[in-house]
Amino acid sequence: MIRKIRAVFKEIIRNFKFLTRVNEIFVKFVIIMDDPAQLSEYGKILIILLIGALLVCATIFLARLISPKKNNPIKSGTYECGEDPIGSSWVQFNPRFYVIALVFLLFDVELIFIFPWATVFGQSEYIAADGRWGWFTMIEMAMFIGVLILGLIFVWKKGDLEWVKPNVSLPKVPVAIPDSAYASLNSTTYQVRDYKGHAVEASIVEKRAEEVIATPKPAFKPRFKKPE
Amino acid sequence: MSLESQLQNNGVVVAKLDDLLNWARLSSMWPMSFGIACCAIEMMGAMASTYDLDRMGVFPRPSPRQSDVIIIAGTVTFKMADRIKKLYEQMPDPKYVISMGSCSNCGGPYWQHGYHVVKGVDKIIPVDVYVQGCPPRPEALIGAFIELQKKIDKESLLGEQLFKEKA
Repeated sequence: MIRKIRAVFKEIIRNFKFLTRVNEIFVKFVIIMDDPAQLSEYGKILIILLIGALLVCATIFLARLISPKKNNPIKSGTYECGEDPIGSSWVQFNPRFYVIALVFLLFDVELIFIFPWATVFGQSEYIAADGRWGWFTMIEMAMFIGVLILGLIFVWKKGDLEWVKPNVSLPKVPVAIPDSAYASLNSTTYQVRDYKGHAVEASIVEKRAEEVIATPKPAFKPRFKKPE
Repeated sequence: MSLESQLQNNGVVVAKLDDLLNWARLSSMWPMSFGIACCAIEMMGAMASTYDLDRMGVFPRPSPRQSDVIIIAGTVTFKMADRIKKLYEQMPDPKYVISMGSCSNCGGPYWQHGYHVVKGVDKIIPVDVYVQGCPPRPEALIGAFIELQKKIDKESLLGEQLFKEKA
């Protein structure tokens, strides 16, 4: 009995120690937050990132807790504007999409770099401080764009920018029969035997004449059902 | 609205979680951009600048995964009925349906001779609010959203989820 009570006490003391430590960390954190001098600029970014991640996780977790979940096969199916999806979405894509996407990405990234370059490195104070500054940044960017343009020229030369490949060699099977043999076969005309008996034709003409004489059936008259 | 009446008293609001969720839900009802017939023109009018449904937090979404409300704006043909059912199923819960115009309420002018028209969209999906008219004016659709807000305000989804025996 006494041993049990002692164990409980130990547990409480350990918990208390843990809590005091948590408290210490918290107090330290508050001191750091109170005094911005203790926090470097990178530290502020870290705190923003941490809080951002925490908020996203908290909202997703909250949605998990409180959102009603009524799953069914139609709901978890693919959304195709209300149509039934045909086949699986695990299909093979044309690898040429990859090249186009890569080239696009290349120039997208290039633009991302050019905008800050134009504003930051183009500041007149820097140029006023040292005349060589402007030329330096200009040459830097020219080299950067030059490398990318070399890549573009390479892709262009290879014909990867054209969806329908310009120089495709069609497969050819070596055959001993010359083309002239087929040409002469195609050009010759053959006699066709007359397969229609004259008697049959005459009977058909007679029948047609009878059909014309017979009175036509009355045409279909649509009738509306009167509402009661 | 229980929350809004409390907001007018003083700065402090005490609310049940259900009320808070209802308030959030009714303040941003996102309909699916989905129009079947001429009623959809009136729906577009209600969402455009003159009537501006956006002031009530009603903003059309391009996918059922992001939407709370589906406005059945037009004639529901048998061919379309399959699609409507499917789109409704693909919306996340809680979801609401506004049946807009005579056609989707009961078949409308196709009630007697419309061999191709479902006589009321409530035959395939549960409807929350019916809007009468052929087609209803944008004011009527706005009225429908106000009615739906009242309906959502009385809901207790969390309560039903946690205390199933009470529901």
